[in-house]
Amino acid sequence: MTDTSNMSAKELLGFYQEELYEEARRAKKEGKLVCWSASVAPSEFCVTMDIAMIYPETHAAGIGARKGALDVLEVADEKGYNVDTCSYARVNMGYMELLKQEALTGKTPEKLEKSPAARIPLPDLVITCNNICNTLLKWYENLAVELNIPLIIIDVPFNHTMPIPQYSKDYIAEQFKNAISQLEEICGKKFDYDKFLKVQEQTQRSVAQWNRIASLSSHKPSPLNGFDLFNYMALIVCARSRDYAEITFKKFADELEENLKNGIYAFKGNEQKRVTWEGIAVWPHLGHTFKGLKNLGNIMTGSAYPGLWNLSYTPGDMSSMAEAYTRIYINTCLDNKVKVLSDIISGGKCDGVIYHQNRSCKLMSFLNVETADILQKGNHLPYVSFDGDQTDPRNFSPAQFDTRIQALDEMMKQNKEGVSNE
Amino acid sequence: MSRIETIISELSSISNNPKKAMEDYKKETGKGAVGVMPYYAPEEIIHAAGLLPVGIWGGQKSISKARAFLPPFACSIMQSVMEMQLEGVYDNLEAILFPVPCDTLKCLSQKWKGTSPVIVFTHPQNRKLEAANKFLAEEYRLVREKLERILDVKITDEALTKSIDIYNENRKVMREFVDIAAAYPQIIDPIKRHAIIKARSFMEKSKHTAMVKELNSELKSLPVEDFTGKRVVLTGIMAEPNEVLEILKENGFAVVADDLAQESRQFRNDVPLGPDPLYRLAKWWQEFDGCSLATDAKKSRGPMLIDTVKSSKADAVVVCMMKFCDPEEFDYPIYYRQFEEAGIKSLFIEIDLETTSFEQTKTRVQSFSEML
Ligand code: SF4
Ligand code: SF4
Repeated sequence: MTDTSNMSAKELLGFYQEELYEEARRAKKEGKLVCWSASVAPSEFCVTMDIAMIYPETHAAGIGARKGALDVLEVADEKGYNVDTCSYARVNMGYMELLKQEALTGKTPEKLEKSPAARIPLPDLVITCNNICNTLLKWYENLAVELNIPLIIIDVPFNHTMPIPQYSKDYIAEQFKNAISQLEEICGKKFDYDKFLKVQEQTQRSVAQWNRIASLSSHKPSPLNGFDLFNYMALIVCARSRDYAEITFKKFADELEENLKNGIYAFKGNEQKRVTWEGIAVWPHLGHTFKGLKNLGNIMTGSAYPGLWNLSYTPGDMSSMAEAYTRIYINTCLDNKVKVLSDIISGGKCDGVIYHQNRSCKLMSFLNVETADILQKGNHLPYVSFDGDQTDPRNFSPAQFDTRIQALDEMMKQNKEGVSNE
Repeated sequence: MSRIETIISELSSISNNPKKAMEDYKKETGKGAVGVMPYYAPEEIIHAAGLLPVGIWGGQKSISKARAFLPPFACSIMQSVMEMQLEGVYDNLEAILFPVPCDTLKCLSQKWKGTSPVIVFTHPQNRKLEAANKFLAEEYRLVREKLERILDVKITDEALTKSIDIYNENRKVMREFVDIAAAYPQIIDPIKRHAIIKARSFMEKSKHTAMVKELNSELKSLPVEDFTGKRVVLTGIMAEPNEVLEILKENGFAVVADDLAQESRQFRNDVPLGPDPLYRLAKWWQEFDGCSLATDAKKSRGPMLIDTVKSSKADAVVVCMMKFCDPEEFDYPIYYRQFEEAGIKSLFIEIDLETTSFEQTKTRVQSFSEML
C-alpha cells in the first residue's frame, strides 16, 4: 500500500482520484459490480454493498478539461444526440458507445484509445437522482436501456414550496427502502444496516471537512482560491462515503488554516476584489477563466455549486437523509434559491457576481435573469453573465468572457469608490 | 353544409380562438377560466370547481419581449408562452395550474410574467412505486385547496368524481375518434384532425364529447373509401403550426394515430376506478407510459410506437421534434435505433413556433414521401 501520510492535499487529491478509477477497473476484472452514478445521487447504498462507483459527470468534466471532449461528442452526434442536450450527457453517451463497441468487438476504437481521460469500465447497474436536474433521469434511462442493466431511481420532487413537506420526505425515504431491496436482488445478498450506519457517518465526516474548506473563503484576504474547490469537488462527488474524501479535505483545510495563520493568502498581496461564480465551471477553459479573473485581481470566494454536496443529515434517520438530498438549492423555489445565493455572496464578502449562462444546462440558466435582478435589488452589487458550457468547448468565447469580466471589474471598482466616498 | 362539415367547422373555430371560447363560457355560465400549463395537469379539479380549464399551448409567434427573460436555447413552445405572458394574453385567467415535469418548466414555474396566481405542483418520477401515488395525491390535495381559496369555491369529492366520469367519457370518445378518423382520411385531413382534438383544450368536456360523438357516428355511416396516400403516426410534443400539417396533407399523408403530448397522450389512458378521486387522478400518472416526461426505466416509448405503427397499419412515423426540447431529444436516439431494428421508417421534422419559412420541412416531407 502506498504511504499517503506525507502527501500534500493536492497529491492526495490526485492519488485518490486515480485510486478510485483503479478500484473500479479492478472490480470489473474480478467480476465484481460496477455502478455509474449521478453526481449527487445517494452513494451510501452502493458503498454499503461494496459496489465500485464511477461518476460520469466527473469523468466527463475530466475529458473536457483535458480537451478530449470533441471526439466523444462526435460519437454521440452520430447516435442521434442533439447538440442542444447537456454536454456531460453527450460526452458520457459517446464514451459509453465506444466502451460498448470495444466489449462487442474486442477491439479498442481509436477514439477510446486516444481519449485523455481515465479508462473506466462499463457499469453493471446505474443510479440516478434528479436533485440537480431532470436531465439526469433521461440520461440514465438511456444508459440502462442501451446496456440492458438495472436502473435505480431516487426521485426528489422539485420543492416549489418551502419548507420541504414531510410527505415529500416520506416519498423519498420509501424510495431509499426500494433502492435497498433492488440492490439486495442485484447483489444477491442482504443489506448490512450496521455497515450502512458507518457509511452514513463517514459521509457526514467527509461533508464536515468539505464545509470546513468552503468556509475558509470568508476570510479577507482569502487563503482559499475558490477555483480550487472546482478541482477538489471530484472527491466530494466520487468519494464522500469513503475516507478518501475526509482525509484529503482535512489535509487541505489544515494547510489553508496554517497558511492563514502565517499570513499566506491565495492571491498573495493581489486580492483586490472578490466575486461569486454562479454555475458550473467551464472545464475546457478553466485556465482561461481563472487567469482572466486573477489578472484583474479578482478572487472567487463564493460559489453555491460546491455547496450542492453540503449533505449534512443525522445518520440512522432516513427522513433527515431524504431532506439533505432534496434541499439542494437548484431543486427549490426561486425565493429559496435567492436566499441561498445571497448567503453565499455575503459569506464570501463578494463585490460582484458572475453568472454562467450554460448552454448545456437549462436548469442552471433559465432563472439567472430573475435571480440576478432580485439579488441586485437587495445587495446593490454589480453582476455580469457570459455564455458558456461546462464541457462542449465550442459554446464558449474567450473574448466575450474577457469583455464581461472587465466590465464587472469596472463596475466593482466604481461601486467600491462610491462607497468609500460617502 | 353537411352535419360533418358543421361540426368540424365549429370545433376548428374554437381551436383557433380560445379567447372567444372563454368569453362564450363566461356568458353562458357566468364563470371564468383557469389556465392549464403542459403537461398532464389534473384538469378535472378545475372542472369540478365549475370553471373552464383552458390549455396553454403558446402559438405561432415571433419572439421579441421574451428574449430578455429566456436565452435562445429555451424550447420553442415556452418561448412563445413567455412572449404571450408578457403581452398579457393570459391575464384574464383566474389562476394557472403549473406542472413541472422538465427542467424548463421548473424554471418557468418560478417566473410567470402575467398577473394570474400560479399553482405549481410536481409529478413524482419514480412512478411505479405506491409511494409515488401517495405523494401525488397529496400534491393534488394542495392544488385543490389552493384553487378553493383563490376561486372561493368548494370542490367536493362528489363533484370531482362526476368530473372524472365526464373526462373519462371524453377520453373514450377521443380514442374512438382517432380510430375512425384513420378510416376516413379523405374527410378528416391532418389539419382537421388536429383542430378537432385541440378544441378539447378550450371546451367544457361534456360539450366536446357530445360533438365528437356525433361526428363519430356521422363518419361511421359513410362508406370507407380506398386511400392511396401514405399513413403516418406522429410523435412528439405537438404538430403545429398548421403549415406543417398542410405540408403533410399536400403530400398525401394521413395521420392515422399520434403519440403527441398535445393529443393522444392525454387520452390514451382513463383515470382508473377507486374510492378517493384525488388518488385516482394520481394513479393515472402511474399507469401512463411512453412519454418523455414520465420517467420509465423500461423506456417503453419505442416498443409502444412500434405497436401503434402495426395496429394502425401505418407506413411510417413522423417525429415532430420541438426545437430545444431536451426530454424529447433524449428519447430520440433510443426509439430511432429501435425503429431501425424493426424496419420502421421515420422522418424527423423540427417544430418551431417562431419560424415562417417551411421550405426545409417541405423538401424533407417530399423526399420522404417518394421514399415510402
Ligand atoms: S450540466 Fe445541468 S443538465 Fe447537465 S447533468 Fe449537470 S445539472 Fe444536469
Ligand atoms: S417538455 Fe420540452 S417542449 Fe415541453 S416545456 Fe419541457 S422542454 Fe419545453
